[in-house]
Amino acid sequence: MKNLKLLLAGTVAALAATGTAAYAERGTDGDLKILFWQAVSTLNPYLSGGTKEVYSSSMVIEPLARYDEKGELVPMLVTEIPTIENGGVAKDLLSMTWKLKPGVKWSDGTPFTADDVIFTWKYCVAPDGGCAQKAQYEGVTSVEAPDPMTVKITFSEPKPYPYSAFVGAQSPVIQKKQFENCVGAKAPGCTSANFGPIGTGPFTVKEFKPNDVITFEANKNYRDPAKPAFATATLKGGGDAASAARAVLETGEFDYAWNMQVEPEVLATMLKAGKGQLVTSFGTQVERINLNWYNPDPKLGDKRSTKEAGPHPALSDPAVRRALSLAIDRSVIDEAGYGEAGKPTCNIVPAPEAYASTKNDSWCLKQDVDAANKLLDDAGWKKGGDGIRAKNGARLSFLYQTSTNSVRQATQELVKDMWSQIGVDAELRNVSASVFFGGDPASPDTFQKFYADVEMYTNNFDGTDPEKYLAEWLCDKVPSPENGWQGQNIPRYCNPAFDKLVGELSKTADISKREELAKQLNDMLTEEGAHIPLIHRGSVSSHSVKLDGVRMNAWDSELWNVADWSRKK
Amino acid sequence: MFTYTLRRLLFAIPTLLVISFVIFALLDLAPSDPTGDLPLTIPPEVREQIRASLGLDQPFLIRYLKWLQQFFINEPLNIFESLTGWQIGDGDRMRVLSWATRSPVVDLIVQRLPQTLWVVGLAYLFGVMIAIPIGVISAYKQYSIFDQIGTFLAMVGYSVPTFFTGVLLIVIFSSYLQWFPSVYDTNLRVTDFQSFVLQVKQMALPVTVLALFNASQITRFVRASMLDNLHQDYVRTARAKGVKEKSVLLIHVLRNSLIPVVTVIALGVPTIFSGAIITEQIFRVNGLGQLLITAVQGADIPLVQTLTFIFAVLIVLFNLIADVLYGILDPRIRYD
Repeated sequence: MKNLKLLLAGTVAALAATGTAAYAERGTDGDLKILFWQAVSTLNPYLSGGTKEVYSSSMVIEPLARYDEKGELVPMLVTEIPTIENGGVAKDLLSMTWKLKPGVKWSDGTPFTADDVIFTWKYCVAPDGGCAQKAQYEGVTSVEAPDPMTVKITFSEPKPYPYSAFVGAQSPVIQKKQFENCVGAKAPGCTSANFGPIGTGPFTVKEFKPNDVITFEANKNYRDPAKPAFATATLKGGGDAASAARAVLETGEFDYAWNMQVEPEVLATMLKAGKGQLVTSFGTQVERINLNWYNPDPKLGDKRSTKEAGPHPALSDPAVRRALSLAIDRSVIDEAGYGEAGKPTCNIVPAPEAYASTKNDSWCLKQDVDAANKLLDDAGWKKGGDGIRAKNGARLSFLYQTSTNSVRQATQELVKDMWSQIGVDAELRNVSASVFFGGDPASPDTFQKFYADVEMYTNNFDGTDPEKYLAEWLCDKVPSPENGWQGQNIPRYCNPAFDKLVGELSKTADISKREELAKQLNDMLTEEGAHIPLIHRGSVSSHSVKLDGVRMNAWDSELWNVADWSRKK
Repeated sequence: MFTYTLRRLLFAIPTLLVISFVIFALLDLAPSDPTGDLPLTIPPEVREQIRASLGLDQPFLIRYLKWLQQFFINEPLNIFESLTGWQIGDGDRMRVLSWATRSPVVDLIVQRLPQTLWVVGLAYLFGVMIAIPIGVISAYKQYSIFDQIGTFLAMVGYSVPTFFTGVLLIVIFSSYLQWFPSVYDTNLRVTDFQSFVLQVKQMALPVTVLALFNASQITRFVRASMLDNLHQDYVRTARAKGVKEKSVLLIHVLRNSLIPVVTVIALGVPTIFSGAIITEQIFRVNGLGQLLITAVQGADIPLVQTLTFIFAVLIVLFNLIADVLYGILDPRIRYD
């Protein structure tokens, strides 16, 4: 439980830090202007699941505990984080008990009780509700209230890492009174509740204009009488990332803007105006190139990229997979496309630090064209007249697909160039993001179908525990027509030893052992070449130099501590 | 005339049904997915449940019939109820719900309509008001310097796209001169003179951009139509009778020339409702055009379907209005 000790220390430090910023009284700092360049569609994160909805609703509704900027759990609506040591988590790992903070009120003045927590669980798991955050409640068999201030969660099987339900911005507690008649199929019909949830957070919704702007007011019943410092908040949506950056960094029209997906050199010019600054936080996002272990030859028709198609003629050779990784100069890609928002990585689990392996950094982080060429020569891949290597009729010429996005297309160009130095050709292709990530089983262009040799995108995991994430590379998670192409093992990697190790991880409760196992699993994926990790991506936002208290957080909502924000006098 | 209108109206019903089916089929064939924008951390089985809760697990025909029922029966009933306060049945009927916001599509449209009508409608009105005098003078003084300049400006206005003029005006008037805001404040309420001035200021740039575009189009029509009439025999007769030149031009020629122009103007009215998609996006005006584009990007099919269909209805309707107006204005034309 090393993490939890750290956590307690972190909490104390956090309290000390925010204590100084909170001299202001509630509502003395006027209007807080936030800009999201993608407009918010609803304030009920259970019905949307989109990042913008999760973040914006976090100003109003709160989970029992949140992750802070270091990825450590902080109690919000509870007195402490349950652990085995303090008896909050049962020794058999089959249940956990949260003690609610006394005196917490909903913004309408009614008391916050365990009933609301139980209701939230029922709301999300109700059939036909289409709850987007159902995965947070996976394995929960019951949520009970031994008394109004205690919540007991029971799991179907031992949960070594139990912090998922009611933890983090994805699973906030909603008010039973407000949503009582909105369960299941009736959920979408409750427009006024979905657009204006009653919460325990620092702000309440005054007006919500879908896909446009939200007006918030300070919550009169917020548990800290001195917060929030702002009397109102306006969250405007729409436009594009570059003009959002300009509104904060250059013209100063807004205090905070989310998600600065803008070319590094454009941001650098804007920063010269001196009106704002960038804040970055690194979570678990990794931009990677998946290598297809099955044959995606179009001649195979519907069989391509499935087990029946057989192994990939070229990528099934470990030497080719290793050479493709060796040939890439990650720092060049980072500088060109990501700047402050990325760093080169060779891990698929790049964070939290305790889980990040350094084992493969020595050979993988540095580009080594000679070694890659030698590897291919030794493996018998000979250069043909066109400079492209081939062996037994299989050419090292790959269809390389990704979603349409200027940074990704620039990266494609760079990688193509780097691969050409080792006699590998790449045919570049990009697919509109809504199709690529859309998962329509009828479309041949989805990333799950993987009708290409290699493909690039970003993925990550919620929270700080990678167990569920690493289970995505299990043999039975390979997408296929049988499971409607819904598996998450996109590279079609299959290794019984890996499966066994994942099984072990799911039974291990000891944190340091879990870290060890997760690192081993991560290293296996990199060494065997299930994919080529490229960039550990951070979240970048910008805020006005006059805004105090922003602690950029990639583990939870960026607006997680909006209660502590204030205007510099 | 009346029977003609009635016949046309009845004929519009099958046309619109076919249009609605084509739109629905096209959107269904398009390979976009409402869960495509969600973070990848949301597992596939949950996505499947989300799609099912949106009704996507049902067959195409059922979904189409459901939409027909929601749009043609439930929504009108709902509007009727809210207008009269009467309740028909239990009042609990399925409305067309947007997938992204999970709120009734019609409410979203009602919320957006005023901004579009104000900004785009005003631009259309200004466009017409600028176009007619310029067109008249250009035709009357054909090949004069005024005509040459007018023609040149009309060509420029028509051929330079609004995404260029819009950004150009922002750079000049917002960034450099700082006279007008570049972002439309959708929360601004006009309560006193000061807020009225602010409203005028934030409308100035988008209205200018669109008015220029509209004016240049209509000017050409006015000019051509005026030229046609100026060389007619009745104009010579009028002049021979000794009618004052002003009367010849403004009473005889202009009135006759406006007949085709009115048709063109009437046919252009539906484009006001569809909003100027690009201009609204540039200035962040929360109008119908912007609503449509966000719906398309987010694969919010019911919203796209309903909006496009409403536009189709307006186009059919204004085609009819144009035809009827033509008959009223020009006694030579009779449909019966």
